[in-house]
Amino acid sequence: MSNSENFLAIRVEFGGGLELLFSNQRSHKLKIPANISKNSVGKPADIDYLIHHLRDNLLKERKELFMEKDTVRPGILVLINDTDWELEGEGDYILQNNDEIVFISTLHGG
Amino acid sequence: MPKTCALCKKSRAILKRPKTGQQICKECFFYVFETEVHNTITESKLFQPGDRVAIGASGGKDSTVLAYVMKTLNERYNYGLNLFLLSIDEGITGYRDDSLETVKRNQEQYDMPLKILSYDELYGWTMDAIVAEVGRKNNCTFCGVFRRQALDRGAAMLNVDHIVTGHNADDIAETVLMNIMRGDIARLGRCTLICTQGEDTIRRSKPFKYTYEKEIVMYAYFKKLDYFSTECIYSPDAYRGHARTFLKGLEAARPSAIIDIIHSGEAFEVSEEVKATQKLQQTCKRCGYMSSNELCKACTLLEGLERGMASSGITERARKRLEAEGPAPDSLRTIPFFKPPSGNPTVTIEVPS
Repeated sequence: MSNSENFLAIRVEFGGGLELLFSNQRSHKLKIPANISKNSVGKPADIDYLIHHLRDNLLKERKELFMEKDTVRPGILVLINDTDWELEGEGDYILQNNDEIVFISTLHGG
Repeated sequence: MPKTCALCKKSRAILKRPKTGQQICKECFFYVFETEVHNTITESKLFQPGDRVAIGASGGKDSTVLAYVMKTLNERYNYGLNLFLLSIDEGITGYRDDSLETVKRNQEQYDMPLKILSYDELYGWTMDAIVAEVGRKNNCTFCGVFRRQALDRGAAMLNVDHIVTGHNADDIAETVLMNIMRGDIARLGRCTLICTQGEDTIRRSKPFKYTYEKEIVMYAYFKKLDYFSTECIYSPDAYRGHARTFLKGLEAARPSAIIDIIHSGEAFEVSEEVKATQKLQQTCKRCGYMSSNELCKACTLLEGLERGMASSGITERARKRLEAEGPAPDSLRTIPFFKPPSGNPTVTIEVPS
């Protein structure tokens, strides 16, 4: 199998102040394994996996402002290819090659 | 599988509405978002044709979307309003100076006159200087009291009839919860009002009273509006933070919780007996601003700062210590006397070129 079949190219954008937790950089390009193992069972990579991956690899500070329990903190909006993740199965959405995932915090003052 | 819009039944849905659970497309979202604000405005009869209206603009998401939507609705429905942007510069280096740059861009983008009034100009103190004096514990008290009065004074300078602010449904539900937890009956009674007006102050309204924060942020995202989003560098209001975290948790479990809390707040009735015990509004003897005591809160806080006893506006003990030192000296710096708007604007305002 070629490399491109094992990995997915994912673009991640942060907004609404969340970028401050990620080196103050709004846009990130990632390579994510297409298949992951969870509790020694193989499965395709989903948004939940991406969120943990971001926390473990890109998050620079105050992880409690990004995650709570096993998902993003309430008040953070997620868009999958410009669609509300609530319409796409939220954390269970299976990542596809060239997906664009946007995280926007609503928590900062107006 | 792509889902179809519940309203037009044609386009692909991009958003699940927290208020209704409906799945809708981008064009229908813009339409219902704007129309609901329009309905709120017309049902509450907020404006009269010819009104001069200042939009309290911080450069943040809520006020940026409010300015855009007010401009859109004013043109679409011929409200006949003269719209202004009014910004308060609290004097917070690295925070407000950056967000004011956003407001200046909004002035160009929306073609609206902008007035910026600073704490330094009005009170002789920037927030940076206040924090250096009082530390980071009670500084939000100073900022909140000073901002409220500064907005009214800026509005008086612009000679406007009305100030609109970007407070959204989430903010109001938070305030209802905070007032319940603090047992603040007077504020609980009025915090859900869409429009408030003191004796001689300018009307204040919240056209986003029923608008969810999620939809405001989504609207700004899909319209690609230019807003500023950095937390204030002087620790956020901790008490509100708790209410907010709790409310966001409730919303995640049941999105209608926000609107339900607002409705509960609206249905809350303060009995006449309780009302009778509440203090009457009067005018501050020093600056002429509305007040529930002889001195308004801003004058009290400013006197403490000027006399080197900043905590006298916060705790009872410190206030007694200040009083023991005798009356305020005649040379004390005070806030210019408040003149409610009448006639022409008393300031020149920046008009976009």
